[in-house]
Amino acid sequence: MTTFTRGFRGRRRGEDDRLPPGQYLTEDFPVLSAGPTPHVPLDRWEFTIDTEAGQTHRWTWPELTALPYEEPAVDIHCVTSWSKLGTTWRGVSLDVLFEDVESTADYALVHSYGGYTTNLPLDDLLDGKAWIAYRYEGEDLTPSHGGPARLLVPHLYFWKSAKWVRGIRLLTEDWPGFWETAGYHNYGDPWREQRYADD
Amino acid sequence: MQADHLDGNALAGPLAEIFAADVSVAVSRCAACGLTGPVASLHVYDRAPGLVARCPGCEEVVLRLVRSPDAAWLDLRGAVTLRIPLGGAGPGAVASAGGEPGADR
Repeated sequence: MTTFTRGFRGRRRGEDDRLPPGQYLTEDFPVLSAGPTPHVPLDRWEFTIDTEAGQTHRWTWPELTALPYEEPAVDIHCVTSWSKLGTTWRGVSLDVLFEDVESTADYALVHSYGGYTTNLPLDDLLDGKAWIAYRYEGEDLTPSHGGPARLLVPHLYFWKSAKWVRGIRLLTEDWPGFWETAGYHNYGDPWREQRYADD
Repeated sequence: MQADHLDGNALAGPLAEIFAADVSVAVSRCAACGLTGPVASLHVYDRAPGLVARCPGCEEVVLRLVRSPDAAWLDLRGAVTLRIPLGGAGPGAVASAGGEPGADR
């Protein structure tokens, strides 16, 4: 893992400026999970986008990893209050996956192997804001961190970045996901500290 | 390797804040597979934004508990019932002392 001296840090843009309210900085990468870790064989892995009109767009693992990828370096913020700065990933932008998807839906419900779900406005997945990520810090994404592939939506609290992502359903009405139905905020903007439903 | 979950005894403290009785000694019935067993036998995932208790048989969610600074959010839809052991001085004891409720005496 890369480490920086204090002096080097001091010349960077202030870390405090990159920490949303109520967050603390961590150097490690805590593993959070609401259930057992699914182990999905790559020859049976698939990712789908289901539109509100009933059309399904489908990618196998070789198809996904043959698509143009990006390598975003992003800060991530967990609702349990840790933040990690400058994480590097490799993944396919959702803009690429949505290129041929026709939809007028406003909402997305992301679902994962293992049954996890999370919801967000479709706009938050587009325009360079989200990726299906399959490498982290130069290595294949491990199952404990959501491998083989996870959603990466770093501008929202990290529970929105669904591990073990399996697909996205496009919906004309919002449908709250796993934590959004259990007291967590429907949108989850860390800079507005939208942790709980009442925030 | 460290287990990825705790047993249901981990629910005792957080649920004691909500219920007068100790729910960790209750018997729950899983809404997904019907398995009946003590709440203490559930698999509790606590390294998460809340507590997630899963059925040891089918791993479906039986109970979720989120504690915000000013509220608790409790989801029990994965449990058909909870059988909560209580002391002898319940409604039955009152009825035997005072007659059947609504009985015309």
